[in-house]
Amino acid sequence: MILALIVGVLFAGAVYLMLQRDRLRVILGFVLLGHACNLLIFSAGGTARREEPLGSNPDPSITADPLPQAFVLTAIVIAFAITVYLLVLAVTGSRAEDVEEELAPDGSSPAAVGTLPDRYDAFGESAGTTDPHSPGDGPWTDDSTSAVIAAPTGESGRVEQTGGGDR
Amino acid sequence: MTVETALPLMVALPIIAAGLTAFARRRRWWTTTLLLLVQVGLFAAAIALVVRTSDGDVLAHQVGGWIPGVAIPFVVDAFSALMLTVSGGLILVCTMFALQVETGRNRFYAPLAMVLQAGVNGALLTGDVFNMFVFIEVMLLPTYGLLVLAARRRGTRASVVGSRLYVTYNLFVSTLFLAGVAMLYGTAGTVNLGELAGAAVEDPWVAAAAAVCLFALSMKAAVVPVHGWLARAYPSTSPAITALISGLHTKVAIYAIYRLYAVIFEGDERFLWIGVVLFSATMLIGVLGAVGEDRMRSILAFHMVSQIGYILLGVALFTPFGLTAGIAYLLHHMIVKASLFLSTGAIEERFGTDRLSELKGRIGKEPLLALAFGAAAMSLAGIPPMSGFVAKFSLITATFQAGWIIAAVIALIVSLITLQSMLKIFNGVFSPTIKGHPAPSGGGTAGPATPAPGAGTAGGATTEVLASAPALPRPTRLALASPALLLAAVSLMLGLGGEGLLSLAETAAANLYDTSGYVEAVLR
Repeated sequence: MILALIVGVLFAGAVYLMLQRDRLRVILGFVLLGHACNLLIFSAGGTARREEPLGSNPDPSITADPLPQAFVLTAIVIAFAITVYLLVLAVTGSRAEDVEEELAPDGSSPAAVGTLPDRYDAFGESAGTTDPHSPGDGPWTDDSTSAVIAAPTGESGRVEQTGGGDR
Repeated sequence: MTVETALPLMVALPIIAAGLTAFARRRRWWTTTLLLLVQVGLFAAAIALVVRTSDGDVLAHQVGGWIPGVAIPFVVDAFSALMLTVSGGLILVCTMFALQVETGRNRFYAPLAMVLQAGVNGALLTGDVFNMFVFIEVMLLPTYGLLVLAARRRGTRASVVGSRLYVTYNLFVSTLFLAGVAMLYGTAGTVNLGELAGAAVEDPWVAAAAAVCLFALSMKAAVVPVHGWLARAYPSTSPAITALISGLHTKVAIYAIYRLYAVIFEGDERFLWIGVVLFSATMLIGVLGAVGEDRMRSILAFHMVSQIGYILLGVALFTPFGLTAGIAYLLHHMIVKASLFLSTGAIEERFGTDRLSELKGRIGKEPLLALAFGAAAMSLAGIPPMSGFVAKFSLITATFQAGWIIAAVIALIVSLITLQSMLKIFNGVFSPTIKGHPAPSGGGTAGPATPAPGAGTAGGATTEVLASAPALPRPTRLALASPALLLAAVSLMLGLGGEGLLSLAETAAANLYDTSGYVEAVLR
């Protein structure tokens, strides 16, 4: 019964999070969904009527079913790999994704400096305040200051210059 | 070593080769050679399996030598052997295309394509529902990588957005499928297809659990009302990859639907009407979605949705003839759709866009691609002598015989709209090939709208015109057009030799209609 309730709560939470607009919340929703599903597999093994396989000569009819556990292990690995990939996808690309046709032909290389502000934009406004780099930390510090993040994507070259001037 | 014990090699071989090629720092001659060797080898092995199973035999191997029911079985019957052959051939042809364009030059193409093939082969061969989930994931994971391989800068951002949609959708559906497998295990106590045979007929709880699996697979196959992702995700990657995955992913899901419904439900007649309703809607809504599209690949993707309705109608009829027609349609469709994606992909690789409005006036004579596209489009619409006619005619006949007159009428109407849509692409892209070059003044957007063929301008001006607006590009070379031509030729051959196609499909359908041979082989 407890297992069923947990599965239900996890599914509900997953659905709630997945219906949010923020990408990170969606991914967290998928994490919850994976957990809910794993517990569902566990419950399929009949946890209520089975016990731990301890003792010298355990009776296979009442000891825990190993097959769902093997299923869960496999499912965890797969879900983990895809979640990591989803996180990577969430931080690549830019907020201006709907206008890729406009962005593409301007000839500006999306490598290095140009994409860096976008990368922080992926987590919404909070990225500006919770800056992972303290100033003077490394070569990327100039770009991760809030001034650059506030700047529009197309003008990243100009902003990069002013950032350098500040220093 | 017998044929049975060699079955796991269909999965192991490409994975080992992928592991080897993944070490290469860049694309080298040996990685490409290994890739082609493995793909040719698997294709040849699949043909051998078709020959071996064409008398209705079912071969099975219990991995690791465990007792049947405990071991994971690898099973091959005529249906899976045919699917292995067509998918293997498609991967080979698409690789031929990809190696000529940017996509195949990436060093990750070879390992990813081989793992993809391993997943496809595994999903087609396995006789265990959980294992099927695992192999579908093995098939999907390299695809996520392939989707962002588009090395052209223009494509990268779009392909990231498309990947996000594709990955999240597939993760959701896979989780749903996994939940279905869990419920199946909870209600039936096994996930072995041999032991599950007929379980859904006896126990409604098993039927409900298996239904979750089937609905998840239908979502993977882009059945209406959950078809929108396909039309948005497929056109976002590079053309070579669209062609590659179009023939594989949804089709593996369709294969799984055929297999699970035949084995677990034993073609239970109580639920067939759900399939007929859903798949008729898929036919109609898919084709209507294509009407308003301007991008070639979007049009083709919507047609794919519509054609998936046709293919699955075969399993929803569940008569011997209906299954035969459905399987024939599936094989025909995989070939033809890949051919269409490859011929439009060749255009897109050369001109950088697949929007009909942008292509208008820029394309010169393209006799090879026009031939390939025209033949494949005729086949898709179901015009003799192509394979589409054989498949569609038998499917509609089977639908009439089963008494679903409305579904048959919808299938006929959809054929007409399909033809209209194909003509739209053909007119937009290949009309210069047929009618000669039009005056480019209408097509030219802003800049140098000089009438290129007629104007005998000075040398400098001409070169500038040629450089800035390629008004008279040369036709696509044979090598780039050959994959599409090859598949169109296969479609023609299957159409002319329709008897052979149908008799092979009939053997496959017989194994689905009467699963006793399959079950016996899995549990032997």
